[in-house]
Amino acid sequence: MRKTLGMAALAAVLAGGAQAQSTADEIAKYREMIADGNPAELFEMEGESLWKTPRGPKKATLEQCDLGQGPGVVDGAFARMPRYFADTGRVQDLESRLLTCMETLQGIPASAVVDGDWNKGERKTMDALAAYVVTHSRGQKIQLDLANPQTRRMYELGKRAFYYRSGPMDFSCSTCHGEDGKRIRLQDLPNLTHKEGAIAAWGSWPAYRVSNSQFWTMQHRLNDCFRQQRTAEPEFASEVTVALSVYMAATAQGGVLQTPGLKR
Amino acid sequence: MANPMRIRAAVKDGFTEVRVLMSHVMETGQRKDSSGALVPAHFITELTAKHNDKVVLLAQFGPSVSTNPYLSFKFQGGAKGDKIVVSWVDNKGDSRSDEALIA
Amino acid sequence: MDHKRRDTLKAGGGLGIFGLLVAAGLIKPELAEAAWNKSAFEAKNLESALAALGAGKPGDSAEVQLNTPDIAENGAVVPVGVVSKLPNTEQIAILIEKNPNLLAAKFEIPAGTAAEVQTRVKMGQTSDIYAVVKADGKFYVTKKEVKVTLGGCGG
Ligand code: HEC
Repeated sequence: MRKTLGMAALAAVLAGGAQAQSTADEIAKYREMIADGNPAELFEMEGESLWKTPRGPKKATLEQCDLGQGPGVVDGAFARMPRYFADTGRVQDLESRLLTCMETLQGIPASAVVDGDWNKGERKTMDALAAYVVTHSRGQKIQLDLANPQTRRMYELGKRAFYYRSGPMDFSCSTCHGEDGKRIRLQDLPNLTHKEGAIAAWGSWPAYRVSNSQFWTMQHRLNDCFRQQRTAEPEFASEVTVALSVYMAATAQGGVLQTPGLKR
Repeated sequence: MANPMRIRAAVKDGFTEVRVLMSHVMETGQRKDSSGALVPAHFITELTAKHNDKVVLLAQFGPSVSTNPYLSFKFQGGAKGDKIVVSWVDNKGDSRSDEALIA
Repeated sequence: MDHKRRDTLKAGGGLGIFGLLVAAGLIKPELAEAAWNKSAFEAKNLESALAALGAGKPGDSAEVQLNTPDIAENGAVVPVGVVSKLPNTEQIAILIEKNPNLLAAKFEIPAGTAAEVQTRVKMGQTSDIYAVVKADGKFYVTKKEVKVTLGGCGG
Protein backbone atom coordinates (compact mmCIF):
# COMPACT_ATOMS: atom_id res chain seq x y z
CA MET A 1 0.00 0.00 0.00
CA ARG A 2 1.15 3.48 -0.83
CA LYS A 3 2.42 5.42 2.12
CA THR A 4 1.20 8.95 1.77
CA LEU A 5 1.17 12.06 3.84
CA GLY A 6 -2.58 11.54 3.95
CA MET A 7 -2.30 8.21 5.71
CA ALA A 8 0.02 9.61 8.37
CA ALA A 9 -2.22 12.56 9.01
CA LEU A 10 -5.19 10.27 9.17
CA ALA A 11 -3.55 7.93 11.65
CA ALA A 12 -3.10 10.94 13.88
CA VAL A 13 -6.70 12.09 13.72
CA LEU A 14 -8.38 8.72 13.70
CA ALA A 15 -6.90 7.56 17.00
CA GLY A 16 -9.63 5.61 18.72
CA GLY A 17 -9.34 3.73 21.99
CA ALA A 18 -11.10 1.96 24.83
CA GLN A 19 -11.08 5.03 27.02
CA ALA A 20 -13.16 6.80 24.42
CA GLN A 21 -15.90 4.16 24.87
CA SER A 22 -17.31 5.42 28.16
CA THR A 23 -17.34 8.93 26.75
CA ALA A 24 -19.22 7.58 23.76
CA ASP A 25 -21.80 6.01 26.10
CA GLU A 26 -22.26 9.31 27.92
CA ILE A 27 -22.64 11.12 24.64
CA ALA A 28 -25.25 8.58 23.56
CA LYS A 29 -27.14 9.47 26.74
CA TYR A 30 -26.83 13.17 25.92
CA ARG A 31 -28.19 12.60 22.43
CA GLU A 32 -31.13 10.66 23.82
CA MET A 33 -31.97 13.53 26.17
CA ILE A 34 -32.14 16.07 23.37
CA ALA A 35 -33.88 13.81 20.85
CA ASP A 36 -37.32 14.90 22.00
CA GLY A 37 -38.14 18.39 20.85
CA ASN A 38 -35.92 18.61 17.79
CA PRO A 39 -35.79 22.26 16.64
CA ALA A 40 -35.97 20.85 13.10
CA GLU A 41 -39.72 20.98 13.76
CA LEU A 42 -39.55 24.76 13.51
CA PHE A 43 -38.06 24.45 10.02
CA GLU A 44 -40.67 21.88 9.11
CA MET A 45 -43.46 24.30 10.07
CA GLU A 46 -41.85 27.04 8.03
CA GLY A 47 -41.46 24.61 5.12
CA GLU A 48 -45.10 23.62 5.25
CA SER A 49 -46.20 27.20 5.07
CA LEU A 50 -43.73 27.93 2.24
CA TRP A 51 -45.04 24.89 0.36
CA LYS A 52 -48.54 26.38 0.47
CA THR A 53 -47.57 30.01 -0.18
CA PRO A 54 -47.83 31.41 -3.72
CA ARG A 55 -44.31 32.52 -4.63
CA GLY A 56 -42.08 33.39 -7.58
CA PRO A 57 -42.88 35.14 -10.88
CA LYS A 58 -45.77 32.70 -11.43
CA LYS A 59 -47.20 33.32 -7.96
CA ALA A 60 -47.86 29.62 -7.50
CA THR A 61 -47.62 27.27 -4.56
CA LEU A 62 -45.75 23.97 -4.60
CA GLU A 63 -48.92 22.02 -3.87
CA GLN A 64 -48.83 20.48 -7.37
CA CYS A 65 -45.18 19.48 -7.08
CA ASP A 66 -44.65 15.86 -8.12
CA LEU A 67 -42.07 14.26 -5.86
CA GLY A 68 -42.59 10.92 -7.57
CA GLN A 69 -45.78 9.79 -5.87
CA GLY A 70 -48.02 12.00 -7.98
CA PRO A 71 -48.67 15.77 -7.97
CA GLY A 72 -49.01 17.09 -4.44
CA VAL A 73 -48.21 13.80 -2.68
CA VAL A 74 -45.67 14.44 0.05
CA ASP A 75 -46.31 11.41 2.24
CA GLY A 76 -43.69 8.73 1.68
CA ALA A 77 -42.06 10.60 -1.19
CA PHE A 78 -38.65 11.05 0.43
CA ALA A 79 -38.43 7.35 1.38
CA ARG A 80 -38.28 6.58 -2.36
CA MET A 81 -35.72 9.22 -3.28
CA PRO A 82 -33.43 9.64 -5.12
CA ARG A 83 -35.45 8.27 -8.04
CA TYR A 84 -35.76 8.52 -11.80
CA PHE A 85 -38.17 11.16 -13.12
CA ALA A 86 -39.38 10.72 -16.67
CA ASP A 87 -40.29 14.41 -17.11
CA THR A 88 -36.71 15.57 -16.55
CA GLY A 89 -35.09 12.36 -17.77
CA ARG A 90 -32.86 12.40 -14.69
CA VAL A 91 -32.37 10.65 -11.39
CA GLN A 92 -33.06 13.34 -8.80
CA ASP A 93 -32.56 13.65 -5.07
CA LEU A 94 -35.03 15.67 -2.99
CA GLU A 95 -33.19 18.95 -3.40
CA SER A 96 -32.77 18.70 -7.17
CA ARG A 97 -36.41 17.71 -7.51
CA LEU A 98 -37.49 20.70 -5.45
CA LEU A 99 -35.43 22.85 -7.81
CA THR A 100 -37.43 21.43 -10.71
CA CYS A 101 -40.73 22.20 -8.99
CA MET A 102 -39.68 25.71 -8.02
CA GLU A 103 -38.62 26.39 -11.58
CA THR A 104 -41.55 24.85 -13.43
CA LEU A 105 -44.38 25.75 -11.04
CA GLN A 106 -43.18 29.01 -9.54
CA GLY A 107 -40.77 30.30 -12.16
CA ILE A 108 -37.95 30.59 -9.63
CA PRO A 109 -34.74 29.85 -11.56
CA ALA A 110 -32.59 26.98 -10.24
CA SER A 111 -29.66 29.39 -10.25
CA ALA A 112 -31.29 31.22 -7.30
CA VAL A 113 -30.37 28.17 -5.22
CA VAL A 114 -27.40 26.75 -7.13
CA ASP A 115 -25.49 30.05 -7.14
CA GLY A 116 -26.69 31.10 -3.69
CA ASP A 117 -25.09 30.93 -0.25
CA TRP A 118 -25.89 28.47 2.51
CA ASN A 119 -28.53 29.62 5.00
CA LYS A 120 -29.53 32.53 2.78
CA GLY A 121 -32.29 33.35 0.31
CA GLU A 122 -33.68 30.51 -1.77
CA ARG A 123 -31.17 28.02 -0.33
CA LYS A 124 -32.66 28.71 3.05
CA THR A 125 -36.12 28.24 1.56
CA MET A 126 -34.87 24.89 0.27
CA ASP A 127 -33.81 23.87 3.80
CA ALA A 128 -37.29 24.51 5.18
CA LEU A 129 -39.01 22.77 2.24
CA ALA A 130 -36.76 19.74 2.70
CA ALA A 131 -37.56 19.66 6.43
CA TYR A 132 -41.26 19.61 5.60
CA VAL A 133 -41.04 16.88 2.98
CA VAL A 134 -38.78 14.49 4.93
CA THR A 135 -40.93 14.72 8.07
CA HIS A 136 -43.64 13.02 6.03
CA SER A 137 -41.41 9.99 5.46
CA ARG A 138 -40.30 9.67 9.06
CA GLY A 139 -40.76 6.11 10.30
CA GLN A 140 -41.02 4.77 6.74
CA LYS A 141 -38.63 2.33 5.12
CA ILE A 142 -36.04 3.44 2.62
CA GLN A 143 -37.20 1.89 -0.65
CA LEU A 144 -35.27 2.88 -3.72
CA ASP A 145 -36.28 1.51 -7.08
CA LEU A 146 -33.03 -0.29 -7.77
CA ALA A 147 -34.55 -2.15 -10.70
CA ASN A 148 -34.58 1.10 -12.63
CA PRO A 149 -31.61 1.12 -15.02
CA GLN A 150 -31.01 4.87 -14.59
CA THR A 151 -30.95 4.51 -10.82
CA ARG A 152 -28.55 1.54 -11.16
CA ARG A 153 -26.28 3.62 -13.34
CA MET A 154 -26.24 6.38 -10.72
CA TYR A 155 -25.56 3.80 -8.01
CA GLU A 156 -22.46 2.58 -9.87
CA LEU A 157 -21.33 6.15 -10.44
CA GLY A 158 -21.90 6.99 -6.77
CA LYS A 159 -19.96 3.95 -5.63
CA ARG A 160 -17.03 4.94 -7.83
CA ALA A 161 -17.16 8.51 -6.54
CA PHE A 162 -17.18 7.18 -2.97
CA TYR A 163 -13.89 5.35 -3.47
CA TYR A 164 -12.30 7.96 -5.71
CA ARG A 165 -9.22 9.47 -4.08
CA SER A 166 -8.46 13.11 -4.70
CA GLY A 167 -7.21 16.32 -3.18
CA PRO A 168 -3.89 17.17 -1.53
CA MET A 169 -4.42 14.48 1.15
CA ASP A 170 -5.41 11.82 -1.35
CA PHE A 171 -8.60 11.10 0.62
CA SER A 172 -11.76 9.47 -0.62
CA CYS A 173 -15.07 9.24 1.21
CA SER A 174 -14.06 5.68 2.07
CA THR A 175 -10.91 6.90 3.84
CA CYS A 176 -13.11 8.35 6.56
CA HIS A 177 -16.33 6.38 6.09
CA GLY A 178 -15.15 2.95 4.89
CA GLU A 179 -14.44 1.15 8.17
CA ASP A 180 -16.21 0.53 11.46
CA GLY A 181 -15.21 2.33 14.64
CA LYS A 182 -13.36 5.28 13.16
CA ARG A 183 -13.60 8.64 14.81
CA ILE A 184 -12.12 12.09 14.57
CA ARG A 185 -11.72 13.28 18.14
CA LEU A 186 -15.16 12.52 19.61
CA GLN A 187 -16.99 12.30 16.33
CA ASP A 188 -17.88 8.78 15.33
CA LEU A 189 -17.58 8.34 11.61
CA PRO A 190 -20.27 6.04 10.27
CA ASN A 191 -19.18 3.24 7.96
CA LEU A 192 -21.25 4.16 4.94
CA THR A 193 -20.29 1.03 3.00
CA HIS A 194 -22.35 -1.19 5.30
CA LYS A 195 -26.07 -1.25 5.81
CA GLU A 196 -26.04 -0.30 9.49
CA GLY A 197 -23.84 2.77 9.07
CA ALA A 198 -25.64 3.83 5.92
CA ILE A 199 -29.01 3.64 7.69
CA ALA A 200 -27.68 5.68 10.62
CA ALA A 201 -26.35 8.35 8.27
CA TRP A 202 -28.69 8.49 5.27
CA GLY A 203 -31.68 7.82 7.52
CA SER A 204 -31.05 10.84 9.73
CA TRP A 205 -30.37 13.59 7.18
CA PRO A 206 -31.41 16.33 6.59
CA ALA A 207 -30.83 17.40 10.17
CA TYR A 208 -30.79 20.25 12.66
CA ARG A 209 -27.28 20.89 13.91
CA VAL A 210 -27.08 21.93 17.53
CA SER A 211 -23.56 23.32 17.10
CA ASN A 212 -24.73 26.13 14.86
CA SER A 213 -28.54 26.06 15.15
CA GLN A 214 -28.80 25.50 11.40
CA PHE A 215 -30.82 23.06 9.38
CA TRP A 216 -28.70 21.19 6.83
CA THR A 217 -29.86 19.26 3.79
CA MET A 218 -27.82 16.30 2.51
CA GLN A 219 -26.49 18.64 -0.17
CA HIS A 220 -25.05 20.80 2.58
CA ARG A 221 -23.70 17.78 4.49
CA LEU A 222 -21.95 16.45 1.37
CA ASN A 223 -20.56 19.85 0.52
CA ASP A 224 -18.97 19.97 3.96
CA CYS A 225 -17.48 16.50 3.52
CA PHE A 226 -15.91 17.55 0.23
CA ARG A 227 -14.37 20.33 2.29
CA GLN A 228 -13.20 17.76 4.86
CA GLN A 229 -11.67 15.92 1.93
CA ARG A 230 -10.08 19.19 0.83
CA THR A 231 -11.32 18.88 -2.72
CA ALA A 232 -13.20 21.29 -4.96
CA GLU A 233 -16.70 22.13 -3.80
CA PRO A 234 -19.33 20.26 -5.84
CA GLU A 235 -22.08 22.30 -7.46
CA PHE A 236 -25.42 22.23 -5.60
CA ALA A 237 -27.46 19.22 -6.76
CA SER A 238 -24.79 18.23 -9.31
CA GLU A 239 -24.68 14.70 -10.71
CA VAL A 240 -21.90 13.51 -8.38
CA THR A 241 -23.80 14.59 -5.25
CA VAL A 242 -26.98 12.85 -6.43
CA ALA A 243 -24.94 9.73 -7.35
CA LEU A 244 -23.36 9.64 -3.87
CA SER A 245 -26.83 9.94 -2.37
CA VAL A 246 -28.09 7.04 -4.50
CA TYR A 247 -25.12 4.97 -3.32
CA MET A 248 -25.76 5.79 0.36
CA ALA A 249 -29.55 5.37 0.15
CA ALA A 250 -29.21 2.07 -1.73
CA THR A 251 -26.79 0.78 0.91
CA ALA A 252 -29.36 1.80 3.54
CA GLN A 253 -32.21 0.12 1.60
CA GLY A 254 -34.89 -1.23 3.97
CA GLY A 255 -33.76 0.86 6.95
CA VAL A 256 -36.21 3.13 8.75
CA LEU A 257 -35.98 6.90 8.24
CA GLN A 258 -35.55 9.08 11.35
CA THR A 259 -35.83 12.29 9.39
CA PRO A 260 -35.33 15.08 10.14
CA GLY A 261 -32.36 14.25 12.34
CA LEU A 262 -30.65 16.04 15.19
CA LYS A 263 -26.88 16.27 14.94
CA ARG A 264 -23.91 17.69 16.76
CA MET B 1 -41.90 39.17 12.71
CA ALA B 2 -41.00 36.22 14.84
CA ASN B 3 -41.73 32.74 13.53
CA PRO B 4 -44.42 30.60 15.12
CA MET B 5 -43.77 28.30 18.06
CA ARG B 6 -44.52 24.63 18.06
CA ILE B 7 -46.65 23.71 21.02
CA ARG B 8 -47.66 20.17 21.88
CA ALA B 9 -49.88 19.30 24.81
CA ALA B 10 -51.18 15.90 25.82
CA VAL B 11 -53.01 14.49 28.85
CA LYS B 12 -51.35 11.67 30.74
CA ASP B 13 -52.19 10.29 34.19
CA GLY B 14 -54.18 13.34 35.26
CA PHE B 15 -51.52 15.80 34.11
CA THR B 16 -51.26 17.78 30.92
CA GLU B 17 -47.73 17.71 29.59
CA VAL B 18 -46.79 20.74 27.52
CA ARG B 19 -43.75 20.92 25.25
CA VAL B 20 -42.81 24.11 23.47
CA LEU B 21 -40.21 24.91 20.83
CA MET B 22 -39.64 28.58 20.14
CA SER B 23 -37.95 30.06 17.12
CA HIS B 24 -35.46 32.60 18.46
CA VAL B 25 -31.76 33.44 17.96
CA MET B 26 -31.10 33.82 21.72
CA GLU B 27 -28.05 35.95 20.99
CA THR B 28 -25.90 36.28 24.11
CA GLY B 29 -24.32 39.64 23.34
CA GLN B 30 -20.89 38.07 23.89
CA ARG B 31 -20.42 36.68 20.40
CA LYS B 32 -18.45 38.38 17.64
CA ASP B 33 -19.44 38.22 13.99
CA SER B 34 -16.98 37.46 11.17
CA SER B 35 -15.88 41.11 11.04
CA GLY B 36 -15.07 41.06 14.77
CA ALA B 37 -18.00 43.23 15.82
CA LEU B 38 -19.99 42.23 18.89
CA VAL B 39 -23.43 40.86 17.99
CA PRO B 40 -25.94 42.65 20.23
CA ALA B 41 -27.82 40.59 22.79
CA HIS B 42 -31.23 39.47 21.60
CA PHE B 43 -33.10 36.95 23.70
CA ILE B 44 -36.49 36.02 25.08
CA THR B 45 -36.92 37.49 28.56
CA GLU B 46 -40.39 36.45 29.63
CA LEU B 47 -42.73 33.63 28.83
CA THR B 48 -46.17 32.74 30.00
CA ALA B 49 -48.32 29.66 29.45
CA LYS B 50 -52.05 29.53 29.99
CA HIS B 51 -54.56 26.70 30.11
CA ASN B 52 -57.86 28.20 29.01
CA ASP B 53 -57.61 31.41 31.07
CA LYS B 54 -55.49 30.15 33.95
CA VAL B 55 -51.77 30.84 34.05
CA VAL B 56 -49.95 27.51 34.41
CA LEU B 57 -46.34 28.67 34.09
CA LEU B 58 -44.34 31.89 34.12
CA ALA B 59 -40.73 31.89 33.07
CA GLN B 60 -37.90 34.37 32.77
CA PHE B 61 -34.99 33.60 30.48
CA GLY B 62 -31.50 34.96 30.26
CA PRO B 63 -29.18 34.75 27.24
CA SER B 64 -27.86 31.36 28.42
CA VAL B 65 -30.98 29.59 27.22
CA SER B 66 -30.16 27.76 23.96
CA THR B 67 -31.03 29.08 20.52
CA ASN B 68 -34.53 27.95 19.49
CA PRO B 69 -35.50 27.36 23.11
CA TYR B 70 -37.18 24.21 24.32
CA LEU B 71 -39.37 24.04 27.38
CA SER B 72 -41.47 21.31 28.89
CA PHE B 73 -43.62 21.24 32.02
CA LYS B 74 -46.85 19.73 33.25
CA PHE B 75 -49.90 20.80 35.18
CA GLN B 76 -52.79 19.03 36.87
CA GLY B 77 -56.03 18.66 34.95
CA GLY B 78 -56.69 19.75 31.42
CA ALA B 79 -58.82 17.86 28.94
CA LYS B 80 -58.58 16.95 25.32
CA GLY B 81 -59.55 19.95 23.22
CA ASP B 82 -58.72 22.56 25.88
CA LYS B 83 -56.72 25.54 24.71
CA ILE B 84 -53.09 26.15 25.64
CA VAL B 85 -51.65 29.60 24.86
CA VAL B 86 -47.95 30.36 25.12
CA SER B 87 -46.61 33.90 24.77
CA TRP B 88 -43.16 35.42 24.97
CA VAL B 89 -41.49 38.80 24.76
CA ASP B 90 -37.82 39.48 24.14
CA ASN B 91 -35.38 42.20 25.16
CA LYS B 92 -36.04 44.13 21.94
CA GLY B 93 -39.78 44.19 22.52
CA ASP B 94 -40.62 41.58 19.88
CA SER B 95 -43.29 39.17 20.97
CA ARG B 96 -45.19 36.15 19.86
CA SER B 97 -48.24 34.28 21.01
CA ASP B 98 -49.38 30.89 19.72
CA GLU B 99 -51.95 28.37 20.77
CA ALA B 100 -52.60 24.67 20.54
CA LEU B 101 -55.31 22.30 21.64
CA ILE B 102 -54.61 19.52 24.13
CA ALA B 103 -54.40 16.24 22.23
CA MET C 1 -49.21 18.44 15.09
CA ASP C 2 -51.90 20.89 15.99
CA HIS C 3 -50.67 24.42 15.81
CA LYS C 4 -52.34 27.64 14.91
CA ARG C 5 -50.69 30.71 13.66
CA ARG C 6 -51.47 33.92 15.38
CA ASP C 7 -50.50 37.43 14.73
CA THR C 8 -47.85 38.60 17.11
CA LEU C 9 -49.14 39.91 20.33
CA LYS C 10 -48.85 43.63 20.38
CA ALA C 11 -46.93 44.36 23.52
CA GLY C 12 -48.34 47.86 23.72
CA GLY C 13 -46.89 50.56 25.94
CA GLY C 14 -43.97 48.46 27.10
CA LEU C 15 -46.21 46.50 29.43
CA GLY C 16 -44.62 43.20 28.52
CA ILE C 17 -46.51 39.97 28.76
CA PHE C 18 -46.91 40.10 32.49
CA GLY C 19 -48.23 43.64 32.35
CA LEU C 20 -50.69 42.69 29.66
CA LEU C 21 -51.86 39.73 31.67
CA VAL C 22 -52.38 41.91 34.71
CA ALA C 23 -54.22 44.44 32.58
CA ALA C 24 -56.43 41.65 31.33
CA GLY C 25 -57.01 40.58 34.94
CA LEU C 26 -55.49 37.19 34.28
CA ILE C 27 -52.77 37.16 36.90
CA LYS C 28 -52.28 38.76 40.24
CA PRO C 29 -50.08 41.87 40.25
CA GLU C 30 -47.63 40.18 42.66
CA LEU C 31 -46.63 37.86 39.86
CA ALA C 32 -46.17 40.71 37.44
CA GLU C 33 -43.80 42.39 39.83
CA ALA C 34 -41.60 39.38 39.36
CA ALA C 35 -41.10 40.62 35.76
CA TRP C 36 -37.62 40.24 34.39
CA ASN C 37 -35.26 40.25 37.32
CA LYS C 38 -32.45 42.31 35.77
CA SER C 39 -30.09 42.23 38.72
CA ALA C 40 -30.37 38.44 39.04
CA PHE C 41 -29.82 37.87 35.32
CA GLU C 42 -26.84 40.22 35.27
CA ALA C 43 -25.15 38.74 38.33
CA LYS C 44 -21.57 37.64 37.63
CA ASN C 45 -20.97 35.36 40.59
CA LEU C 46 -22.92 32.82 42.57
CA GLU C 47 -23.23 34.91 45.70
CA SER C 48 -24.70 37.95 44.01
CA ALA C 49 -26.97 35.82 41.82
CA LEU C 50 -28.37 34.07 44.89
CA ALA C 51 -28.72 37.40 46.67
CA ALA C 52 -30.62 38.90 43.71
CA LEU C 53 -32.96 35.92 43.75
CA GLY C 54 -33.52 36.54 47.45
CA ALA C 55 -32.12 33.10 48.14
CA GLY C 56 -29.25 34.08 50.46
CA LYS C 57 -27.50 30.87 51.47
CA PRO C 58 -29.84 28.09 50.41
CA GLY C 59 -29.62 24.72 52.16
CA ASP C 60 -28.65 21.58 50.25
CA SER C 61 -31.61 19.34 49.56
CA ALA C 62 -31.82 15.84 48.15
CA GLU C 63 -35.45 16.63 47.40
CA VAL C 64 -34.29 18.82 44.53
CA GLN C 65 -33.11 16.76 41.57
CA LEU C 66 -31.11 17.92 38.60
CA ASN C 67 -31.42 15.85 35.48
CA THR C 68 -28.55 16.56 33.10
CA PRO C 69 -26.13 14.44 31.10
CA ASP C 70 -22.65 13.98 32.65
CA ILE C 71 -21.10 15.00 29.37
CA ALA C 72 -22.56 17.35 26.78
CA GLU C 73 -21.33 16.76 23.27
CA ASN C 74 -21.98 20.37 22.47
CA GLY C 75 -22.24 23.23 24.92
CA ALA C 76 -24.68 25.05 22.66
CA VAL C 77 -27.44 22.69 23.76
CA VAL C 78 -27.29 21.18 27.24
CA PRO C 79 -30.54 19.63 28.44
CA VAL C 80 -31.41 20.51 32.04
CA GLY C 81 -34.36 19.15 33.97
CA VAL C 82 -35.25 20.11 37.53
CA VAL C 83 -37.66 18.21 39.74
CA SER C 84 -38.56 19.39 43.23
CA LYS C 85 -40.16 16.96 45.64
CA LEU C 86 -40.54 19.71 48.23
CA PRO C 87 -44.14 20.57 49.06
CA ASN C 88 -45.34 24.00 47.92
CA THR C 89 -42.54 24.59 45.46
CA GLU C 90 -43.11 28.10 44.10
CA GLN C 91 -40.02 28.83 42.09
CA ILE C 92 -37.22 27.01 40.25
CA ALA C 93 -34.05 28.70 39.01
CA ILE C 94 -31.22 27.25 36.92
CA LEU C 95 -27.72 28.71 37.28
CA ILE C 96 -24.51 27.85 35.45
CA GLU C 97 -21.53 28.76 37.56
CA LYS C 98 -18.95 29.38 34.84
CA ASN C 99 -21.19 31.25 32.39
CA PRO C 100 -20.63 35.04 32.14
CA ASN C 101 -24.18 35.50 33.43
CA LEU C 102 -24.95 32.71 35.87
CA LEU C 103 -28.72 32.74 35.89
CA ALA C 104 -30.10 30.95 32.84
CA ALA C 105 -33.80 30.67 33.62
CA LYS C 106 -36.28 31.13 36.42
CA PHE C 107 -39.74 29.61 36.64
CA GLU C 108 -42.75 30.53 38.76
CA ILE C 109 -44.80 27.46 39.55
CA PRO C 110 -48.48 28.28 40.23
CA ALA C 111 -50.53 25.88 42.36
CA GLY C 112 -51.59 22.91 40.24
CA THR C 113 -48.44 22.96 38.13
CA ALA C 114 -45.90 20.22 38.80
CA ALA C 115 -42.54 21.34 40.22
CA GLU C 116 -40.87 19.83 37.21
CA VAL C 117 -39.41 21.72 34.25
CA GLN C 118 -37.06 20.92 31.43
CA THR C 119 -35.18 23.28 29.17
CA ARG C 120 -31.84 23.56 27.37
CA VAL C 121 -28.98 25.91 28.11
CA LYS C 122 -25.68 27.04 26.64
CA MET C 123 -22.45 26.34 28.47
CA GLY C 124 -19.13 27.91 27.54
CA GLN C 125 -17.12 25.28 29.38
CA THR C 126 -17.34 22.47 31.92
CA SER C 127 -19.15 23.83 34.97
CA ASP C 128 -21.38 23.10 37.93
CA ILE C 129 -25.07 23.63 37.28
CA TYR C 130 -27.21 24.71 40.24
CA ALA C 131 -30.91 24.23 40.70
CA VAL C 132 -32.29 26.67 43.26
CA VAL C 133 -35.79 26.00 44.50
CA LYS C 134 -38.10 28.11 46.64
CA ALA C 135 -40.61 26.07 48.59
CA ASP C 136 -42.82 27.32 51.42
CA GLY C 137 -40.84 30.54 51.38
CA LYS C 138 -37.46 28.84 51.92
CA PHE C 139 -34.65 28.27 49.45
CA TYR C 140 -32.91 24.98 48.66
CA VAL C 141 -30.17 24.05 46.25
CA THR C 142 -28.59 21.11 44.51
CA LYS C 143 -25.72 21.04 42.02
CA LYS C 144 -24.16 18.82 39.41
CA GLU C 145 -21.13 19.07 37.18
CA VAL C 146 -21.58 18.82 33.43
CA LYS C 147 -18.52 18.30 31.25
CA VAL C 148 -18.59 20.09 27.95
CA THR C 149 -16.54 18.70 25.08
CA LEU C 150 -17.12 21.70 22.85
CA GLY C 151 -18.03 25.15 24.19
CA GLY C 152 -21.37 26.52 23.12
CA CYS C 153 -21.04 30.23 23.49
CA GLY C 154 -19.54 30.82 20.07
CA GLY C 155 -23.07 30.52 18.70
C1 HEC D 1 -11.45 13.68 6.30
C2 HEC D 1 -12.52 12.81 6.68
C3 HEC D 1 -13.80 12.82 5.84
C4 HEC D 1 -13.95 12.58 4.50
C5 HEC D 1 -12.88 12.34 3.47
C6 HEC D 1 -15.37 12.55 4.26
N1 HEC D 1 -16.06 12.78 5.41
FE1 HEC D 1 -18.06 12.58 5.68
N2 HEC D 1 -17.86 13.10 7.62
C7 HEC D 1 -16.66 13.40 8.24
C8 HEC D 1 -16.92 13.84 9.58
C9 HEC D 1 -15.87 14.31 10.59
C10 HEC D 1 -18.31 13.74 9.76
C11 HEC D 1 -19.09 14.03 11.01
C12 HEC D 1 -19.11 15.45 11.26
C13 HEC D 1 -19.78 15.78 12.53
O1 HEC D 1 -20.13 14.90 13.32
O2 HEC D 1 -19.99 16.95 12.69
C14 HEC D 1 -18.85 13.28 8.51
C15 HEC D 1 -20.20 13.04 8.30
C16 HEC D 1 -20.73 12.52 7.14
C17 HEC D 1 -22.10 12.15 6.96
C18 HEC D 1 -23.18 12.24 8.01
C19 HEC D 1 -23.04 11.07 8.94
C20 HEC D 1 -24.01 11.04 10.08
O3 HEC D 1 -24.27 9.97 10.61
O4 HEC D 1 -24.50 12.09 10.46
C21 HEC D 1 -22.25 11.70 5.69
C22 HEC D 1 -23.51 11.19 5.04
C23 HEC D 1 -20.93 11.81 5.07
N3 HEC D 1 -20.06 12.30 5.97
C24 HEC D 1 -20.67 11.48 3.76
C25 HEC D 1 -19.42 11.64 3.16
C26 HEC D 1 -19.18 11.44 1.75
C27 HEC D 1 -20.21 10.98 0.75
C28 HEC D 1 -17.87 11.71 1.54
C29 HEC D 1 -17.10 11.74 0.22
C30 HEC D 1 -17.54 12.80 -0.68
C31 HEC D 1 -17.28 12.06 2.83
N4 HEC D 1 -18.26 12.03 3.77
C32 HEC D 1 -15.95 12.33 3.02
C33 HEC D 1 -15.41 13.28 7.71
C34 HEC D 1 -15.13 12.97 6.40
